[in-house]
Amino acid sequence: MENILQEIGIDNYIYLSTLLFCVGAFGVLFRRNAIVMFMSIEIMLNAVNLLLVAFSTYHQDAAGQIFVFFSMAVAAAEVAVGLAILVAVYRNVKGIDIDNLKNLKG
Amino acid sequence: MILTLFYILSAITLATAFLTIFSKNPIHSAIYLVLCFFSIAGHYLMFNAQFLAIVHVIVYSGAIMILMLFTIMLMNLNKEDEKNKTLLSRIAAAGAFGLVALVLIATFIKSHAVIARYDVSGKDYQSIKVLGQVLLNDYMVPFEFASILLLVSMIGAVLLSKKEHING
Amino acid sequence: METNLALLLLFAPFAGFLINVFFGKKIGKNASGYLGTAAVAVSFVVTLFFFLQVSSTKKAISVELFEWLNLQNFTVGFNFLLDQLSLLWLMFVTGIGTLIHLYSISYMHDDENMHKFFAYLNLFVFFMLTLVMGSNLLIMFIGWEGVGLCSYLLIGFWYKNQDYNDAAKKAFIMNRIGDLGFLIGIFILAHIFHTLEYTNIRTAVENAWTIDRTWLTIAMLCLFIGACGKSAQIPLYTWLPDAMAGPTPVSALIHAATMVTAGIFMVTRLNFLFNLTPDVLEVMAIVGAITSLIAASIGLVQNDIKKVLAYSTVSQLGLMFLALGCGAYEIAVFHVITHAFFKACLFLGSGSVIHALHGEQDMRNMGGLRKVMKITFATFLISTLAISGLPPFSGFFSKDEILMTAFHHNTVLYVIGSLASIMTAFYMFRLLYLTFYKDFRGTEEQKHHLHESPGLITFPLIVLAILALVGGAISLPGASWLNEYLAPVIAKPAVHHHLGPTEYMLMGIAVVGALVGIGIAYAKYMNKGEVPPQDSEIKGVAGLLYNKYYVDEVYTAIIVKPIYAIGSFFKNVTEAAISGLVFGFGKAAVFLGKQGGAVQNGSVGFYLLIFVLGICAIVGSIFLIK
Repeated sequence: MENILQEIGIDNYIYLSTLLFCVGAFGVLFRRNAIVMFMSIEIMLNAVNLLLVAFSTYHQDAAGQIFVFFSMAVAAAEVAVGLAILVAVYRNVKGIDIDNLKNLKG
Repeated sequence: MILTLFYILSAITLATAFLTIFSKNPIHSAIYLVLCFFSIAGHYLMFNAQFLAIVHVIVYSGAIMILMLFTIMLMNLNKEDEKNKTLLSRIAAAGAFGLVALVLIATFIKSHAVIARYDVSGKDYQSIKVLGQVLLNDYMVPFEFASILLLVSMIGAVLLSKKEHING
Repeated sequence: METNLALLLLFAPFAGFLINVFFGKKIGKNASGYLGTAAVAVSFVVTLFFFLQVSSTKKAISVELFEWLNLQNFTVGFNFLLDQLSLLWLMFVTGIGTLIHLYSISYMHDDENMHKFFAYLNLFVFFMLTLVMGSNLLIMFIGWEGVGLCSYLLIGFWYKNQDYNDAAKKAFIMNRIGDLGFLIGIFILAHIFHTLEYTNIRTAVENAWTIDRTWLTIAMLCLFIGACGKSAQIPLYTWLPDAMAGPTPVSALIHAATMVTAGIFMVTRLNFLFNLTPDVLEVMAIVGAITSLIAASIGLVQNDIKKVLAYSTVSQLGLMFLALGCGAYEIAVFHVITHAFFKACLFLGSGSVIHALHGEQDMRNMGGLRKVMKITFATFLISTLAISGLPPFSGFFSKDEILMTAFHHNTVLYVIGSLASIMTAFYMFRLLYLTFYKDFRGTEEQKHHLHESPGLITFPLIVLAILALVGGAISLPGASWLNEYLAPVIAKPAVHHHLGPTEYMLMGIAVVGALVGIGIAYAKYMNKGEVPPQDSEIKGVAGLLYNKYYVDEVYTAIIVKPIYAIGSFFKNVTEAAISGLVFGFGKAAVFLGKQGGAVQNGSVGFYLLIFVLGICAIVGSIFLIK
């Protein structure tokens, strides 16, 4: 079984993941809508997952993929709880504009 | 051929990611994100990580995105009524984007990674059969913990989104 | 056997202390008193055993317990040395101690804290024994500090009176000044000899060891300062008269017979070193002579019965230091012993008088007690004759020897010493006449209650009076048992002058001088029947003397006030500066916190921006900047 990285190269995947991660980070900072910020975080998570799989292939080792599997489980849990929190917030303040949620002020 | 495929997939990934962020309407964002996730699943398939690709589609495109769409619709957010951030914070966001990209790529380049050749062990390490064995032998305990985590998060989600009853 | 006995000797009073401290209240007043007395009596019996053994074998007993400090080429053992000198001291410390304990049972019977009193007394005896028995200077120092502590506790025994507390503090602080000198002296000696054991130092000295004389002189001077503090010599003597605030048995035991002689003990102990530094001896003689004169002159006009005795003690201690300064250690020791007998007797007698008068100490309110308190009077008379230096009482022999030595050493010192002796005779008889003769001058109620003290009080008085009477026998001129006994511990015996015409003439002068003093007192207080005037009427020279040459005031002005001034300077200026600095840091932190708080504006987006920038900084600093 040949290694796909022989044709593409690990550095391409690194660049792709980096860019995807930066796009996610940008989205978190750029948007005010909490749900879209959530999506941006998912993009960042997926960038990392992609890199983990790439290195898993690079090392010809299953551990990276197992890790991604757990990461997905945690992401699913996180999304469930996070969205529940957002629903609760929405119910209280009638909106999920992050700039209006300033109760964290010290 | 494969490199071309990679470039196409990468382009789709990045483009849909950007569109996710820039769409005014959250529903459009969600749909672009689904496309983005599919393209990532394509990357997984290129690695021949079939199990992961399928799980990815089921979990992300299926479960998570449906959850998000439901939430959006529950909140009735399918209007383009989001106010833009101030110019200053948008410039700061763009600056941070550039900075993170610069730092990460510079780090990678500076590390002078020597990637001369790629191992081909020839052994089967990522078929569903092998992964299942690894997962349920070596990673048995984390696997069980993951299930507990999901259960707990489910309970938490139910509790949080329940309507609050005062005194009860 | 010897080790166990020595430990019994040392720890019997300590056991008494512990029992009295913890169970004194439970076992009752009498039991605690008799227990304390028994503890010291046990020590006395053991001492007697050792004393007889050593005086027959003439060999010192060394008790080695354990190694206390072990540094490179410097070790200090926890050892005891029972030689002729320490046993002599132990004899009268435990002997007189037992008598005074016995006396205290009756004297302190009305005090609610009697068990505490006996606990302190026992602790004092324990520390005094440590001081005397130690085989090196460090152990002596333990005892030295311990007796100072007990002295403090006992002077301030009636702690509800602020004046007494002040007197206790004064005694403690004055002693601390001396102790510092003592400690520095020990350090220098340790540096010179690399040992603190008396026997080792003596061996080193005798083997013509090359010794840095300058440092040795400084060390000896420091030790002498320590002796000055403990034995109440100029300039550190003012605490002793104030120490009379304590109960009278304390004055008798600590401030007359035992603790104040610790300085003399130390000098005698280290006589082989003091012999090497004649300059220090000269200073000692001068200080002793001047102290004896000044204290005696103050004693002339005091009206408090215990104050007179206190100044008399200072004066007699001065005479002892005069003897030490002349290199006549045996004679100083002789006077220590006779003085312990008659001064303890005098103090206890005065205590008996005070007891009879329910706390009255002013001689102007006494008189005529001779008829009521016959035993007290008789013992008091014997002791007064002894201290005045009339033959054949013990004081005559010791004082005469001191004066004789002083005469051969330096005529000026002899004249000063003789003057002090004449004054002593005068004020002691003044005391006697005012207290026991003529008619009673106190209130009717006091007169009604006058009584002779009970047997527990008179018995020690009788014993001490007998000792004061015959105590001179231990060192008769020409055939001195004491000098022979002490010979092994004294490196260079005092020059004993053949009893020629000069010596007999000196004796005659001394006796005549004493008689003159007595005669003046008789003329003034018996024939004319004078009573000292009230405080406000004391003027002129008498006023100067009555106010103790204003030494306390001078000390206050030149030492205490400046120290207070420095203290308040540090408090007001330095402390203000330091606290300004410290509080300044606090304020700066609060200010920075307030400013930093502005960053916490509650905007999640802003937090995220900072978060991302922080990650960039961390990754950059780890991977990019090397």
